[in-house]
Amino acid sequence: MTTPPFNLADYIMSLPIILLTLFALGILLIDLVTPKRWKWMNAVTALVGIAFSTGAIVFRSQKALRLSGGSGLLAYSNSMLIDRYALYFWYLFLAAAAISILLSVRYLEIEQENHGEYYALILFSVVGMMCMAAGLDVVLIFIGLELMAISTYVLVGFLRTNRRSNEAALKYLLLGAFSSGIFAYGLSLLYGLTGQTNLIGIAQGLQQRMASGNGHPGPIMVIALLTTATGLLFKIAAVPFHQWAPDAYEGAPTSIAGFMSVAVKAAAWAMLLRIVLIGLGPLRSVYVPLFIFVSIASMTAANLAALTQSNMKRLLAYSSIAHVGYMLLGLVAGTTTQVSVDGIRGILMYLLVYTFMNLGAFGVIASLRQRNVIGDELDDIAGLYYRAPTESVLMLLFLLSLAGIPPLAGFYGKYFIFLSLIETGHYALASLAVIYAVFGLYYYMKIANYIFMREAIDKTRLPLSWGMRAGLGIAAFATVFIGIYPEPFIRTVNWSLGLAQSALVAGLTH
Amino acid sequence: MPQNYVPIFIFIAFIGILIPITLLAAKLVRPDNPSKSKLMPYECGIDPLDSSRGRYTVRFYIVAILFVVFDVETIFLFPWAVRFKALGMYGLVEMLVFLIILIVGYIWIWKKGALEWV
Repeated sequence: MTTPPFNLADYIMSLPIILLTLFALGILLIDLVTPKRWKWMNAVTALVGIAFSTGAIVFRSQKALRLSGGSGLLAYSNSMLIDRYALYFWYLFLAAAAISILLSVRYLEIEQENHGEYYALILFSVVGMMCMAAGLDVVLIFIGLELMAISTYVLVGFLRTNRRSNEAALKYLLLGAFSSGIFAYGLSLLYGLTGQTNLIGIAQGLQQRMASGNGHPGPIMVIALLTTATGLLFKIAAVPFHQWAPDAYEGAPTSIAGFMSVAVKAAAWAMLLRIVLIGLGPLRSVYVPLFIFVSIASMTAANLAALTQSNMKRLLAYSSIAHVGYMLLGLVAGTTTQVSVDGIRGILMYLLVYTFMNLGAFGVIASLRQRNVIGDELDDIAGLYYRAPTESVLMLLFLLSLAGIPPLAGFYGKYFIFLSLIETGHYALASLAVIYAVFGLYYYMKIANYIFMREAIDKTRLPLSWGMRAGLGIAAFATVFIGIYPEPFIRTVNWSLGLAQSALVAGLTH
Repeated sequence: MPQNYVPIFIFIAFIGILIPITLLAAKLVRPDNPSKSKLMPYECGIDPLDSSRGRYTVRFYIVAILFVVFDVETIFLFPWAVRFKALGMYGLVEMLVFLIILIVGYIWIWKKGALEWV
C-alpha cells in the first residue's frame, strides 16, 4: 500500500462528523469531574458541539461542494458521497438533536438521571446518522446504522430505575438486533449478486442481471430485495415491522421518544432513499407493489390502533407509523421504471416539517413531567388549558399540524405527497390516504378535547423551564413559519434533491 | 452455477456416512463398564457444586464486555504492528485515532469504577 487511501481533503469534508465525535468524547471526560449541580453544563457543551458541527457544514463541506462545482464529492475511497442530499439531512439531524437536548435538560433533572452520558450518546447517534445519510458504501451505511441504533438502545433504557424504560430498551434491542441481522443478510446477498459493496456498483450489477434475465429478477434477487427492505422498513417502523415502536416510545424517556420519532426516523429514511433509489433502482418494478402493500398496511393498522390509545406516547407512536405510511406513498408515486421527483420532494419536505411538529408534541408531554406525575396518560392532561395555557395552545398547534391542517407546516408535507400521487395517476391511493388523514384528525382532536374541554383534577400551575421554553419555541416557530411561508424550505428541498437525482442517473448510465 | 455446489454436497454426504460408522465402530470395539464418577462432568478434577445454569453476579458481565472491547483492540493492533513499515504515517494516524477514542473510553470506565471488584 504505497498511496494512502484517505487524504486530508476527506477529513475536511467530514469535519462536521469528526467535530461531533470529539465533542461527544469531551462530554464523557468532562462529566467525570462535573459536580451534580453543574450537570446541565453537559447540555451546553453538546449544544456548542452541534453549533460547531453546523458551522463546519456551512464553511467546510458545503463550501468545498460549491467550489468543486460537481454534483457531489466522494470521500474515503468512494465510501462516502457528500452531496446536497447528505448535507440536507445533516442539517436536519443537527436541528432535531439540538431541540431534543433543549427539551431534555429539565426532564432529566426531574427523573434524577441527569448524567453527561445522555448528551454524549445523543451526539454519537447523530454521528451514526450522518454516516448513514452520506454513505455510498453499504459497509459504511451499516456501521452508521449500528452506531445510531446502539446509542438509541442505551438512551431508551436510560431511566435505570424505571421498569418500563428497561423493558422498552430490551424489546427494542432484541428486535433491533434481529432486524439488523436480516438487513445485513440482504446486503450480503446484494454483494454476492454483484460483487460490489458500493451502491452505484450494486445498481450496475443488478441492471446487468436484470438485462440478462429479460427484465425478470431471479429468486435470489427477490430474496435480497425482501431482506434488505425488511431491515429498512423495520428502522422506519412501517407495518408489519412496527411492533417495537409503541413499546419503545412509551417506555423511553419522553425527550428520547421525541428524538427517536424524528431524528432516528429521518436517518432511516435517508438510508432507505439512498439504498432504494440508487442501489436497488433497477428493481423498481419489483419493490413498488411491496411498498404499496406496506404503505396501505401502515396507514390502516396505525390509524385504527391509534383511535383506541389512552397513553399519549403510544398514540403518538401509532401516529408516527401512520405518517410513515403517507411518506412511503411518495416513493410509490411514479411509473414502474422512474420514480416521481415530486414524490421524493414530498418525503424530504415531510421529514422536515415532521421533525418540528412531532418534537414539539413530545416536548409538551415532556414538560408535563413533574416529580410525582408522569403526565403521558390522557387523563393526566385533562383540563390542561387551565393549568398551563401556553403548553396547551402549543400542543393544539402541533396536533393540528400533525393532522395536516393548513396554514401549518404539516399541510405541506402531505400536499406534495398527494400531489405526486395524483400527477402519476394513483388516484385510489391518494383518496385512501386522504380518508386516513381524517381518521388522524379524530385522534389528534381527542387529545385537544381532553386539554380544553375537561375539568382539571389538579389545579396547580405547571412551571416551564428555560430549556423547554427555547425548544418548544423553536419547534412552534418552525411549524407556523414553514406553514405560512414555505417558499425557502421548498427551495431548500429542491436544492438538496437536484443532486440526489443526478447522482442516481450518473450511477445508472455509466 | 449448481455444479459449484457439488463438492459441498459430497462433503455433507461424506459426513453423514462417516460419523455413524465411527461411532458404531467405537461402540463395538471399546470395553463398556460405566460407573458414577466416570459419568460426572469433568472439569479440572474438581467436583461440580451445582447446575451451571444458575445466576451469576452482574460483575462477570461487565468484565466480559470490557474483555471484548480490549480483545478487539488487540485484533486491530496486531496486523497494524506486523505491517507497521508498509502502512507508514497513514497507518500511524489512523491507529492513533482509534486509540484516542478507546483511551477516552478506558478513562471513563476506570473513573466509573467498572474495573474494581466491589
